[in-house]
This record gives sequence, structure tokens and C-alpha cells, in this order.
Amino acid sequence: MRATARVYWRLLVAGFRRQSAYRLAALGGLVANLTFGLLKVSILFATVRAAGGELHGYDTASMSTYIWLSQGLLGSVNLTGRTDLALRVKDGQVAVDFLRPVDLQAATIATETGASLFALIPRGLPSVLLGAVTVGILLPTSPVFYLLGAVSLVTGMVISAATVYLIAVAGFWLVETRGVQILYMLASGFLGGLYVPIALFPQWLRIVAAATPFPSIMMYPVDVLSGLGGAGRAAELVLAQLAWLAGAAAAGQLLTRAGRRRLEVQGG
Amino acid sequence: MSAIIEADGLTREFRIRDGKRRRVLTAVDGLTVSIQPAEAVGYIGANGAGKSTTIKMLTGILVPTAGRVLTCGLRPVQDRRRLARQVGVVFGQRSQLWWDLPVRESFRILAAIHALTTAEENDRTAELVEQLELGGFLSVPVRQLSLGQRMRAEVAAALLHSPRLVILDEPTIGLDVLSKQRLREFLVGERRMHGTTLLLTTHDMGDVERLCDRILVIDHGRLAYDGDLPGLSRTVGAERVLVVDLAEPTPDLTGLDGARHLSSEGGGLRQRLAFDAEQTTAAKVLAAVSDKAEVLDLTVEEPDIEDVVRRLYAAGR
Amino acid sequence: MASMATAGKPAVKTAGLRDRLRPYRAVLASRARSQRAYRTSFALDLGSSMLVGVVELAEVWVIFSNVSALGGMRFNQILLVFGLADLAFSLADLSFGHLDTLPDYLRAGTLDAFYLRPQPILLQLITSDVSLRRLARAAVGAAALGVGVATSGVAWDPRTAALLALGLVSGYATFAGLFVWAAGLQFFLVDGAEMTNSFVYGGRYAATQPASVWSRPLKLVFGFFFPMAFTAYLPAVTMLGLPGPQWLPAWLGWCAPAAAVWSWAMGLLCWRWGVRHYQGGGG
Repeated sequence: MRATARVYWRLLVAGFRRQSAYRLAALGGLVANLTFGLLKVSILFATVRAAGGELHGYDTASMSTYIWLSQGLLGSVNLTGRTDLALRVKDGQVAVDFLRPVDLQAATIATETGASLFALIPRGLPSVLLGAVTVGILLPTSPVFYLLGAVSLVTGMVISAATVYLIAVAGFWLVETRGVQILYMLASGFLGGLYVPIALFPQWLRIVAAATPFPSIMMYPVDVLSGLGGAGRAAELVLAQLAWLAGAAAAGQLLTRAGRRRLEVQGG
Repeated sequence: MSAIIEADGLTREFRIRDGKRRRVLTAVDGLTVSIQPAEAVGYIGANGAGKSTTIKMLTGILVPTAGRVLTCGLRPVQDRRRLARQVGVVFGQRSQLWWDLPVRESFRILAAIHALTTAEENDRTAELVEQLELGGFLSVPVRQLSLGQRMRAEVAAALLHSPRLVILDEPTIGLDVLSKQRLREFLVGERRMHGTTLLLTTHDMGDVERLCDRILVIDHGRLAYDGDLPGLSRTVGAERVLVVDLAEPTPDLTGLDGARHLSSEGGGLRQRLAFDAEQTTAAKVLAAVSDKAEVLDLTVEEPDIEDVVRRLYAAGR
Repeated sequence: MASMATAGKPAVKTAGLRDRLRPYRAVLASRARSQRAYRTSFALDLGSSMLVGVVELAEVWVIFSNVSALGGMRFNQILLVFGLADLAFSLADLSFGHLDTLPDYLRAGTLDAFYLRPQPILLQLITSDVSLRRLARAAVGAAALGVGVATSGVAWDPRTAALLALGLVSGYATFAGLFVWAAGLQFFLVDGAEMTNSFVYGGRYAATQPASVWSRPLKLVFGFFFPMAFTAYLPAVTMLGLPGPQWLPAWLGWCAPAAAVWSWAMGLLCWRWGVRHYQGGGG
């Protein structure tokens, strides 16, 4: 048991280290975050003001927090739906992965989460700082939100890794996963609250979003970290995330096992 | 008509970061050479000796740091587009064809690029297709071709507009013996028929022997030799190595007539013998060995470029 | 332009305009054909392209389901801005978008092949591909523009119609210039795509916004330096007869071509710098 834990820890660290090589890309990401962040501030602040200074629980300060936290998280979640694993499933190299004494799903998710955590350093934190410096953000004072926020953040990253994992293993049955991947890319961004806060959606669209795991990836962590709605709501959101995580993980396990059997039957 | 390539003190330096320090790497150092029309020149040197950099300066891809060069009487950087009409270049390791389109499409596009008339395009394409035996794969996308097929297509593409000068950068690398031979024969024929000038960089002494009447050896950016092959052999010694696999372990075969024992492996099962190709032949050495021991198998090693360059330096001292 | 006499070949011929365009037509035709050949893949591309446009429109729609006016404009009027900007951008992306493959050429060393052809390198790169799938997204922009034109309350007469056409053409040219600008910078940046994405795709986003909501720094950056406000918003306020925001008066809508000229000037400048850097041995 301890040996297994060590293996996954190593994978996490490896994923963490892998990202440190891409420094210039990180700077580029920061510039992009700043640009889109400032543009979003313009539009969303104007929206809040046009609604009389308060909109579905958001004022300009909390809107700013939403914007900079979500921009900062961009480097830590996968909203494209693309993975290396998908390519490996497609060309059959995944057979090699199955020979290793680690669970494919756990290993993949561990590595991705490590990379996501690392990205907080060159991209996540600086984006929030930039936002605080240029526009100003309002963060909660109570430690409860930071505690829950940390849990929420990591859970969101894991859900992101787990759901794109599902796309990759779908490749055992689908010849071309590009269609699914594109749908994921569009849905995860929009329904995940990247464009506008989900609270601003019309009622029916909000229900649609809640029926998908996408809000748990980005919107809920952002809401928890900004303290929106209080501690009770924060706890609710984290619980919802954990439920989605369990679901995605279970589905992933099932698909992995079925996929592995299929591969063996085909002699891949 | 003046020289086709006229280089005078051609130099190219690169500023590179070596760990923490910055230093200057001189890839080409004061190259002065003149190549006349219809010559066939082999440009040889070790990896990193400056061959590709020279070609880039000849074709206008890189600006020289010092010195001048005229290709077909034009300045490569300033008159690049005019020059491109007169020069054909084949890069052995990088394709110039359109990767996902059929070979035939690449030819059509190139014919349009070089403003060939329909008649010229048809005649020239037919000629190249026949001579390089491309007929079997004209409709295959370039990325699906084997290396040998792709090289033949690249050569045809470079020659489609009947350039005066053809530069080939490692064209036979990775090809099998038969393909190499076919390509060499084609180039010889092309030169004979159209008077095309050939400049060939290669690692393969076989290419040099069969194609070139003049050899330029470049070492660390400097011209180490400019002359013909016999001259080079005389300068470095035309030594070849015969490797024999014997039926049973035999003591070192020293004292053979015309051959010098280099090394033995497996207690004398495999022995390497050097001989001067000017004085004797592999067959004669083999005969001498067979007198002493039973030969199961043999190989003749060509001198490699690094070897030639090394010995050139040694001879020059 | 005369083709040089080669050994054994007679004569010199002069090339007319049609002949000079021939190589570019040849490559573009090949590319277009090969894209359409892969049916399902192309359909998928078209579909995803359209969905991207729909999602971006949805963002605007969600905002307006909460408020009735933003930056002095109603939803129908914003549609005019959005449609104009998105249509111009999609068309520019169609013809110039693939310039972002330049880093791939640089990394593989295959840009050299462009030097060996008797054509300007930038022109070769521009005509090396055409992204037909962007047509689907252009359709979304066109639809938004259509609704905007019909319902925004513009008094249509020759003057406003001319302004619309001027805005569209200038917008197309301005965005095209951005792609060239970004490509030129790629010679200096390694893996720098995200940095140039900031002003190319960030610029598109900015172009669909009413500039009246921008802070002063944003007005400088996307009002003048990357002249996004000129691609859609300013022509729209001129057409609608609305006053422009501070620093960006309404009559600037007629200056949209100037924005295109500036964009191309900067783009070509960066391109020249980049090429010189490459030929000087950088990268």
C-alpha cells in the first residue's frame, strides 16, 4: 500500500516538474490572461452597473474576483479536451501503458494534477496578483473559505483530468474522438463559467449547466475561493464537486477495464 | 560566361550560448572558391564542418558575416527570387514537396511557380518521370512514399525548371545501394545532356567517386583541399580496409604482401587488414589471405569522410 | 518579369498578371481540393467552427438577458457590432489564419524551402493554405450582422450602406494585418504563440465590444495601437448616429481604412525584422 502511494506521489512530482520547462509559454499565458481579463472586466463591470450595481449576488468587486480567479485557473484545467493519452489510444501505444504495474487511470490523473498544481505558480498566482494590482479584487477574510477553497481547487483539477480521461478512453470504441473532444471544448468553457458567471445564465441554462460536471471544474472553485454566498454554500459546492469526482472516477474505471478487455480481445 | 559560383572570403559566424557563456562559432571561415559551369563538385566534410551553412549562403537563406559570394552572377540575398529560377536544390533530410498532396500535384504547382508553358511542363515532366522511374507513384501523397521514392521525386522537383546549377545536400543518405546507383546515373546523364553544374555535399565517398571530378574538403569552416580525387588519394593515401571472417581462430596475419594488419577479434576469427588501393586490389589481398587461412566471409570498408579529413590534416602538417 | 534563359532553352518571355498569379492559384486550389476531399473530417471542422461562433454569440446573449443596454447600445445594436467584427475576423482567419503555422516551419527548418522558390516569402506563406472551415463561423457572424442590420434602427441610405461596406472591408484588412504582425513576431518568440494570441484573439474579442465600456488604458491599446474599435464599433456608432465615447468620437468610423493601413504597416515591419533576424542566423 505504501509502495503504491509512493509511485503516485512520484508521478505527481513528475507532472509538476514537466511544466517548469515551459517558461516563455508561461509568460505568454500571463499576457493572455491579463488581456482577456481586462476586456472581461470592461464588459462585466458595465453589465453589473447597468443592472444597478448588483447582479445575482455579484457586485463589481466580486465580479473582479471571479474574472481573475478564472483566468488564473485557465492553465490548471483542461478546457480543450485534448490529451496525449487520446493519441496513444488511437495508435495503440496504450498497450504498453497497460503493461506497467500502475493503474492507467490513476497514473494519468495523478500526472495531470501535478502539472495543474504547478501551473498555479507561473500562471495562477501571478494572474490573481495582476488583477489585484490593476483592478483590485476582494478575497474573503475567514480561513474557512481558503481551506474549503484549497479542497475545491484540487478537486476541480482532478475532475478536469478525470473527464478528459473519459474522452481518451472512449477512443477504444470510437474511431475518431475529435467530435467528442470539440463538443467538450465548447461545453466545458461555456458551461464551466469561463465566459460569464453561471449565475448570470437564464434559469433553464443554469439547470443544464448543473447537470454537467463542467461547473465543478472551474465555477465552483472560483465561487468557494471568493466566498460568494457564505460558508454554507461553499460547503454545498464542494460536496457537489466530490460527487461529480466520484462519478467521473467510477465511469473512468469501468471504461478503462472494458477498454483493456477490448484491446486484449483484438490483440492490440 | 563567368563562374557559376564565386566565393571570396566567405565567412559566417554564429553567436551561441554555451551554458552560461556566450561564444562565437565560426561555421564558415574565409571560403574562397570558384566553380565553373558544367563542373561536378563534391563538397565533403565532417558533420558540423560548415557544409549546410555554405549552401544556405549560396542560396540566400543566410546572410554572410563577411566576404562576398555570387551565384550564377547574382547576389544570393538581394537577388534571391531571380536566383531561384536558375538554381535547383535538393535537401536530403527536408522535403520541398507538398507533404499531403500527390507527387503529380507538387510538379504541377512547381511548373506554375516557375512559369513553365504547358509544353515545357509536359515535356520536362515526362522526361524526368521516365528517367527517374516515378511513374509508379505519381498519384501517391508524398508522405506515404519510401525514402528512395521521395528522393527521386525531390530530385525531379528540383530539376523541373531545368536550372543551370543543381545543389544536392546529402541526397543519398539512407538510400539502399541500388537506389544510390540509379540516382547517380541519372545525375551523370543530366549533366551530360544539359550541361548542368552539380554541387554535391555528401558523407558517401562512393558518391564522390562516381559523380564528381572536383572535390572541396571543408574542415571546421575552412577549405582543407581543392582538387580532384586522385590528388586527394595521393595526399591522404587511398587506404581501404578488408575485413575477413575466417573459419577458425588464426594468428594475426602480419607480413602479407601489400596489406597491413590492423586488428583481430575473437582470437583471430575476424581480422582487419589495410591496403593501399593504388598499389594493390582487394582481390589480391584476399588471395594472399586465402593462402594462409580459409575465408568464410569478407567486407571491404570504404574510407569514411572523418577519416579522410583527419588524414588530410595529418598529411598537411 | 522575365524568366532567365537556361542552358539549351530558347528565349525570354514576359509574364502577364494572370501568369504571375498562376502559382498562387495552383497551391490554393490544391489545398482547397484536399480539404474538401476528406468529407467527414471537413464536416466536423465546419460544425465545430460554427459552434465556436455560436458560443461566442451566446456570451453576448447571456449578458443581455440580464440587462437591456450596455455601453449605450441595445442588444440589436450590439449585434451589429458583433456581426461586423466576427464576420470580418472569420474571413480574415480564413485567408490568413494559417500564418500561425510559421513556428512549425521554423522548428522543422522547412522555411528554407520557401527561400528556394522565386516568390516573396510572405506571399508564399499567405497563399500556402486556406481554411475553408472558417466559412461556417463566418456564417454565424453574417447571421448576427443580418439581424443587426435589420433591427438596430440604422437609417439605411447610400451613406450608411457605404459605411457598412467600408467597415467590413477595412475590418477584414485590419484583422489580416494582425495575423501578419503575429507571424513576424514569431521569428523572435519561441513557443510564443500565446503572446501573439493575446492581441489576435484578444483583439477579436475586443472588436465585438462597445468601446464605451473600456477603461483608458484599454482604449489606448485596443482603440489605437491594435485598432480594434475601428473594425466594427466605430463604424456602427457612425451608422447609428450615436455619439462616440470619450477619445473615440463617432466620425472616426469613416477612418476605418486608416486602421487597416496602420495594422499592415506594423505587420510588414515586424515581418521584415523577423526575416532579417532569421537570415542573420537567429532561431
